[in-house]
Amino acid sequence: MTAPTVAKTPKLYIQGAFCRSESDRVYPVGRVNVPRASRKDVRDAVRAARSALPGWSSRTAYNRGQVLYRVAEMLEARRREFVRVGGGGRAAGREVDACVDVLVYYAGCADKLSQLGGSVNQVAGPYFTFTVPEPVGVVALVAPERPPLLPLLTHMAAALCGGNTVVALVAETAPLAGLLAAELLATGDVPAGAAAVLSGLRSELLAPLGSHRDVDALDPVGCTPEQRAELERRAADGVTRVLPSPSTPVPGHHLALASLELKTIWHPVGV
Amino acid sequence: MPTSPATTSARAESPVAAPAAATASGFAYAAAPEATDHIRLRDRYPLFIGGGFEPPAAGVHHPTLNPATEEPLAEVAEADAADVDRAVRAARRAFSSWSRLPGARRARYLFRLARLVQERSRELAVVESLDGGKPIREARDVDIPLAAQHLFYHAGWADKLPLAFAGARARPLGVCAQVIPWNFPLLMLAWKVAPALATGNTVVLKPAETTPLTAMLFAEICQQAELPGGVVNILTGGPPAGRALVRHPDIDKVAFTGSTAVGKEIQRTLAGRGTRLTLELGGKAAHVVFDDAPLDQAVEGVVTGIYFNQGHVCCAGSRLLLQESIAEPFLRRLRARVGRLRVGNPLDKNTDVGAINSREQLERIQALVDSGVAQGAQLFQPACELPTRGYWFRPSLFTEVAPAHRIAREEIFGPVLAVMTFRTPAEAVERANNTRYGLSAGVWTTTGQRILWMAQRMRAGVVWANTYNRFDPAAPFGGFRESGFGREGGPQGLAAYVALR
Repeated sequence: MTAPTVAKTPKLYIQGAFCRSESDRVYPVGRVNVPRASRKDVRDAVRAARSALPGWSSRTAYNRGQVLYRVAEMLEARRREFVRVGGGGRAAGREVDACVDVLVYYAGCADKLSQLGGSVNQVAGPYFTFTVPEPVGVVALVAPERPPLLPLLTHMAAALCGGNTVVALVAETAPLAGLLAAELLATGDVPAGAAAVLSGLRSELLAPLGSHRDVDALDPVGCTPEQRAELERRAADGVTRVLPSPSTPVPGHHLALASLELKTIWHPVGV
Repeated sequence: MPTSPATTSARAESPVAAPAAATASGFAYAAAPEATDHIRLRDRYPLFIGGGFEPPAAGVHHPTLNPATEEPLAEVAEADAADVDRAVRAARRAFSSWSRLPGARRARYLFRLARLVQERSRELAVVESLDGGKPIREARDVDIPLAAQHLFYHAGWADKLPLAFAGARARPLGVCAQVIPWNFPLLMLAWKVAPALATGNTVVLKPAETTPLTAMLFAEICQQAELPGGVVNILTGGPPAGRALVRHPDIDKVAFTGSTAVGKEIQRTLAGRGTRLTLELGGKAAHVVFDDAPLDQAVEGVVTGIYFNQGHVCCAGSRLLLQESIAEPFLRRLRARVGRLRVGNPLDKNTDVGAINSREQLERIQALVDSGVAQGAQLFQPACELPTRGYWFRPSLFTEVAPAHRIAREEIFGPVLAVMTFRTPAEAVERANNTRYGLSAGVWTTTGQRILWMAQRMRAGVVWANTYNRFDPAAPFGGFRESGFGREGGPQGLAAYVALR
């Protein structure tokens, strides 16, 4: 008789720690019990993301790029496991490979954003004027149900590379790949709190995400129109940014620029 | 009638000098009024829809007043939902051909508009001053030239859009609903219309209820420029017209400049509609002066920061943060300078501070100033004489302000400065960022590295260092946090009017 396998308990990833929901609730996905994050888990994750923001955003862009590259290395090294969790087929393999590509893309994007999105402005007067992108702050990301990994990692990497911190809600019906991806963040040197990964029910988690005044931007890429409407309604109370979800994916660095603010600085020129 | 400021000055410090004709400083100025004989206003302005002037469906009009005299200048139409629908349909019809026009052709029209605004600049400046109460000097030297420059700048983008969005294809959005405020009427119109048209969109624009006239002159300019009918539609009216416009089901984009409260209402209204939105809302900017700043220049900068356009400026430097060691000498100079501001007839070329835009706004300013006095801040107002008719408010500054006071937290949108102090750069940053807004900030210091250090840390979309209230179409403008989102100006501002693929 073979020994029973040691199964991994799926966990949330909050403030750099793998944990159950503070509510101790789970919901079944197939035969697996997945943590059902609570309103308080959302608050804890947002608070951690807010605390991690000054550190992460003030790192050099070069350093952030290297961290994202390290996350890509972690994924590549665990490719087989991720393909298995993704269903094991060809499509799952292609999705994981695309995720590695995307992580490498944003690793190389971090230190180009001010040249891609910023400018020296030719104003009609004796002033030196320039515009630089800055992180908007804490980005709450709602990932699509499928594919479960690629959009999650794409939007998370795009937000992280610009210096934002991220609270991500993974697919409700296929949460395992997203939850596993948290291990890439933990071993890829993303600082504790800078990225949180939550699983749970949208019907109860969109409200606290949308209404939290410490969330600076909402990325509803994985929302249904109704879910998006709810987030947008709640966002209005604090003029929280809601990133557009166009019918076709926003290409490359434009997605990273979407979660950045622009700051224009003026100084006179003279003697 | 406005409440006399004297009634609220129970705690006011003594004025700088005895009152004179127009200032408290003792200098007398001969009046230098701008000529108005070349201005021809119609008695009544209809709506501008589909390239023609059309009466409003319900036949309702309201007068627009000169806030300096309370005399009516003209009547403008009050658009209702039926008018909004007609205008949106006209814009939709125009969109298919306008968006397909080669960029270079669209540019031609925008260049024409810019030139016509320049040609009619004095007329526009005088009407802007009459309708809104701003000093003719500012309308003539800031509002109208910048409006023309904005049109000219964006004309040049129309045929270069692929360069602005490398690695993506930019498509126009469709019909843009644009709602603008009363503080810079024609300039805000240009900020909205120019990028929308350059990127191939068509617009329905609603100017503010109290300052519709230059927008109606711009409608004439669109006709003179032979702009295809329906590309620009202009609907006058109050908040109901604005509400009907942003609720119309066939608009693709809303661009709003105005108060944070209305901005939130619009954001809520558009939830789930898929309509793109940019908001340029209120502010409570910190203006930080360090002890190594050139004091005389900094005083001028602070005065420009808060008293420019009667303080009706969303990016006004309304919270002055002085480093403690220079607070007293700085305030001495500042009070003396405020005492020399000339308040009065906006059409007088000597005037520094004109009329408050409306009775409603005057009452709002007065209420907030009253709260400052009631909460224990120290009010200073020069004793200049104010005209007996019209809406006026003395340039005011409060000392002994606590961060929790309403005058330190709420946007006053008037000539009222709240002064606080700080000791260290870190404290300056903390105080500057202690607001829900984030539109602009100012810093005065001669230490270069400190300028950049402060500029990095102040959470604001525009940071002016050793200057204040500078604007240019090439320099993106817009806010962080509850000051809104989206930028206006520069290639970055074009992004608000396109979908990327």
